[in-house]
Amino acid sequence: MNSFTYFPAAAVDLAVREKVAHSNAAYIGGGTNLVDLMKENVARPTHLIGLKHLPLAAIENTTDGGLRLGALATNADTAWHPEVERRYPLLSQAILAGASPQLRNMATDGGNLMQRTRCYYFYDLATPCNKREPGTGCSAIGGYNRIHAILGASEQCIATHPSDMCVALAALATTVRVSGPNGERTIRFEDFHRLPGDQPERDNTLADGELITSLDLPPKGFATNYSYLKLRDRTSYAFALVSVAAALELDGNTITDARLALGGVAHKPWRDTAAEALLIGQPATADTFRRAAAKVVAGAQGHAHNAFKIELAKRAIVRAFKQATEMTPATDSNAFLNSNP
Amino acid sequence: MSQTIATSPSIHLGTDYIGKPTSRVDGPAKVTGAAKYAAEFNVPGLLYGYIVSSPIAKGKITKIHAEPVLTLPGVVRVFSHENVPSLAWFDRSYKDDVAPGGSPFRPLHEPKIRFSQQPVALVVADTFELARYAASVLEIEYETEAHDTDLETKRDNGYEPARGKLGWVPPPPPRGNSNDAYHNAPHQHEAEYIHLAQHSNPMEMFATTVEWLNDGQKMNIFDKTQGAYNVQSYITKVFGLSKEEARVISKYTGGGFGSGLRPQHQVFLAVLAALDLQRSVRVSLTRQQMFSLGHRPHTLQYLKLAADDNGALAAVQHAALAETSRFEDFTENVVNWSGMLYQCENVKLDYQLAEIDANSPIDMRAPGAATGSFALESAMDELAYKVGIDPLEFRLLNYADRDQNLKKPFSSKKLRECYHQGAAKFGWDKRTPKPRSMREGNWLIGYGMATGVWDATQLNASAKACFDADGRLTVSSASNDIGTGTYTIMTQIAAQTLGLPLEAVTFVLGDTNLPEAPVQGGSMTAATVGTAVQAVCRAIGEKLLKLAQQMADSPLKGANFEDVQFVNGQIRRNEDTKQSVVIRDILPAAGEAQVEAETSTLPDLLKQSHYSLHSHNAVFAEVKVDEDLGTVHVTRVVNAVAAGRILNPKTARSQVLGSVVWGISMALMEESMMDHGFGRYMNHNLAEYHIPVNADIHNIEVILVEEEDDIVNPLGVKGIGEIGLLGVAAAIANAVFHATGKRVRNLPVSIDKLV
Amino acid sequence: MSQVSHALPTRPSVSLAPTQAVTLRINGQDHLLQIAPWTTLLDALREYLDLTGTKKGCDHGQCGACTVLINGKRINSCLSLAVMQQGEEITTIEGLGTEEQLHPLQQAFIDHDAFQCGYCTPGQICSAVGLISEGRARTEDEVRELMSGNLCRCGAYTNILNAVMEVVRNELKTGS
Repeated sequence: MNSFTYFPAAAVDLAVREKVAHSNAAYIGGGTNLVDLMKENVARPTHLIGLKHLPLAAIENTTDGGLRLGALATNADTAWHPEVERRYPLLSQAILAGASPQLRNMATDGGNLMQRTRCYYFYDLATPCNKREPGTGCSAIGGYNRIHAILGASEQCIATHPSDMCVALAALATTVRVSGPNGERTIRFEDFHRLPGDQPERDNTLADGELITSLDLPPKGFATNYSYLKLRDRTSYAFALVSVAAALELDGNTITDARLALGGVAHKPWRDTAAEALLIGQPATADTFRRAAAKVVAGAQGHAHNAFKIELAKRAIVRAFKQATEMTPATDSNAFLNSNP
Repeated sequence: MSQTIATSPSIHLGTDYIGKPTSRVDGPAKVTGAAKYAAEFNVPGLLYGYIVSSPIAKGKITKIHAEPVLTLPGVVRVFSHENVPSLAWFDRSYKDDVAPGGSPFRPLHEPKIRFSQQPVALVVADTFELARYAASVLEIEYETEAHDTDLETKRDNGYEPARGKLGWVPPPPPRGNSNDAYHNAPHQHEAEYIHLAQHSNPMEMFATTVEWLNDGQKMNIFDKTQGAYNVQSYITKVFGLSKEEARVISKYTGGGFGSGLRPQHQVFLAVLAALDLQRSVRVSLTRQQMFSLGHRPHTLQYLKLAADDNGALAAVQHAALAETSRFEDFTENVVNWSGMLYQCENVKLDYQLAEIDANSPIDMRAPGAATGSFALESAMDELAYKVGIDPLEFRLLNYADRDQNLKKPFSSKKLRECYHQGAAKFGWDKRTPKPRSMREGNWLIGYGMATGVWDATQLNASAKACFDADGRLTVSSASNDIGTGTYTIMTQIAAQTLGLPLEAVTFVLGDTNLPEAPVQGGSMTAATVGTAVQAVCRAIGEKLLKLAQQMADSPLKGANFEDVQFVNGQIRRNEDTKQSVVIRDILPAAGEAQVEAETSTLPDLLKQSHYSLHSHNAVFAEVKVDEDLGTVHVTRVVNAVAAGRILNPKTARSQVLGSVVWGISMALMEESMMDHGFGRYMNHNLAEYHIPVNADIHNIEVILVEEEDDIVNPLGVKGIGEIGLLGVAAAIANAVFHATGKRVRNLPVSIDKLV
Repeated sequence: MSQVSHALPTRPSVSLAPTQAVTLRINGQDHLLQIAPWTTLLDALREYLDLTGTKKGCDHGQCGACTVLINGKRINSCLSLAVMQQGEEITTIEGLGTEEQLHPLQQAFIDHDAFQCGYCTPGQICSAVGLISEGRARTEDEVRELMSGNLCRCGAYTNILNAVMEVVRNELKTGS
């Protein structure tokens, strides 16, 4: 970890101004990923701008009937917020499938979007990595790539985005509000994270100095037919090999609206609107779900150790929609998480 | 939150503690954070050393740019091969008590790089943070050489190790004609079984705090180790110090599992820096650097088993090829068990090594046996299916009443009882034999079982005891308690031997100022140190009896030691227990402040030599496998263990519970992923090197099948640290086959292998 | 053969960030420290305040050994900077009970033999304190899942579950 100065910001505009004024500054929310990366010397900011005192921790209704998650609300407070549990249980379930209780108590909602990949090579300075040091090469291609991307990757990078929460946020068509040197703007969730292309060092589309201030959930929460299914190497406290956020709106057995996003398979939370379109108007049956699943992985490309994810993703999509249809949203150890009174 | 309750007084009837479920005597220190581990001695003026690890697997250092780092205010020194003072020259000085054959790795000895993450420099600074930063900006230039870390390419390059290590037994010579027997048998099975390297990863990272004592060269070396004497012997030989100059202390050790059997490089580096700077120094490894230590070796095993139509084993062939480093022949007993666990006249066992550019492996919980038993017990399951016999029945049919490797009877062996009690508790009879025949919704259910065997070993040890006039007994031996319960069981043995209340007894360990004991490993501490503790307490007892007989009107006059018993704080005549003396009254009456004794004990080799000394177990596992998604949950395990006498069923049960968790971990999760392009373990952290979390562990039942055995040692204990792990991985893999019809022969049984 | 140079692309900066006065409120007591921003809460506790009951098991938020409570909520102290915790109520294992006056969870851990080597234990106990005050874990499955942020390499999970369940059940009985 290199040496740095610490500035506890008292207001959003002061934080942004501080960020712009320093060439190598970083915002710090909960610190759960940044401090980790700093200890590995992957992130080497010389100035940290502390966000914890900013008034961005509230979770409140928006005028359009949606819900605004303050960027500094913790993952735990969000998952267990009564309005989130009631109206957006898919989001609750996804958050609780991620990390650990301790980390969820520290990690902020805005910070969740800013998580960097868990690629082994990105984290290890002994190996080349285009995301960490552009132009040095991708060690995961031809190396160990069990946890890597099958969709949307490039020859520069096959890293995945590690978040669970973001998969649900993508499925729910969340809007990201940011503040920057040029004022405020909003970013559609699917436009927030990037595919690696030939700039894998860029994870997202934030401009210099921009700070996430809130995540705005639209009114539609799919609170009846939803499922977040996460497959991993152990029951808890592990990153997803494949995860699926599935949500349906049903009229009888006919699908009137559908949402589908995947985690663990791409450089960004992977929402597939074309697959969603295939579902709409169809009966909620395994065949329908299989067609959508096939659509999702149609362009998938596996590597030596992660090709299994293609078949696994298909099966997970079918299962997640089945669970959503049957209103049995959870599997495995998180089965209880939606049974709280 | 502020609510507290007092410690409930322990309720004991009498002073018969052996075999009672006593709570850990070190419990209060551990649950309050008062127990101090190696990196927790904050002595004044402490400096911090941070290790720089090699990014390459093979080659040499061509330049170290230390100067810019040394200009940082607060950086004290950069140690590397360029400036390490001349130390011991011969290999023998670097050989510790449990070193394998070959030339031990010498940290900072030469520019040569032998393995990735090899320590190449130590940066010492005023604070931990500064040392860490300075280490990160220390520029080092390397010249790389082609490395080779892939055991899979060395199937034809194995060699039989000539150089062994303590406890290693070469495979016994072949018996019968296993080739002919195999070919002539109606039922045959052959397959290869594989696991990658695995790392012990105890929760406490390796660390040493050297306290520099300002009287000459003296140091207190607080080290994370499983053997204080082993570390002291290594340090004194390497640095040319006397034992007085290098006292090694290890009162609490945050897990070992074998990784602390040998002195690790942080103790070398901390002592090096302390001697050079004449200052107190702490060196801790990072979790990433924990993967630079030894590991359970990547091992390829080939099994050929055959049986006749009645299910009698006709042939056993078991060959193993394991990785070792270029500089040491690390050996473990992988295949020998396959010649003794079942009755078979035609057996051929082979064990070979192949060198790769990695650090030497090291013993990891149930070394060798964990590897071998996974392969043998998987193969037994496969053959049982081919013969068409229930896997448990198949094992009972081939039960070995004698050890055919040694051609000796067992000193005791209640494996049959383990099978029966385990099967009954588990409900094995509810198993339908066909794979994929049991299900529950999306879940395929599988039942699997397997067997394990481990050595019962006793080594030499010494112990000291001191009983003082206010009735307190202090017993000491430089053993260790890596979580095994040593503090507790030694306290129980001492208290019972002298008939004292548990609270009056203190057992002290982990200090080279105490009488010598061997490293804690191999499930031999209870037998080894327990025997010494019992003997030294008897010696105290004899002295107390003599003094008691000198008391006025002593009712014990003329009694021999055998004629009396030490119970409930009294010495009493066996034939009339009312004829007694209160032990606490003896020293005041004699005007003595204390009595002391020191004793060394060694195994009765003559008595033991006629027998095979082993613990056994039978493991039954239930798995639920999601048919579509490949997720596996181990929902029930019954582990029936026959390991002689159980000194403390509470701590013994915990050892077996932990072993089952290890078995689940080995079966489903653990693998150190070596990227052969870099020759480097890439999942070198606890996020990607998976071990179970609480949610992975469900119902585990432990059955302790007690054995009476006066041959293994006077206490009749066989040790319980390893046996519980054996058979678990195979039982789970067998259950997965029963559930899914898929046989996974390369561990771990991860999702990708079942989809 | 090839030449490689291994170091960060930056040269060491001799202008290290200065130390600053930081006040941490730990177990009800204020502690004044002179530290640089790069000191984590975990290292502040262990190296600067000699509160070594909080353990370092990975230093990366991957094991839970460093768990402490901030305003009653459990967190990984290894991933928090000490300067960020000024003004918060920090509770460590030393603040829960003493060997003479054990906290009910500490007693339950001893009674159920919920540890072996003891190294993950303070983190497990602090985590369990946090779990109970969260009030989300009532059943065994819930406790297992919500105690999964604390690794135990000795594999004491069965007994940890039983120890925590005993206290959870008592809390439920007393109607908190």
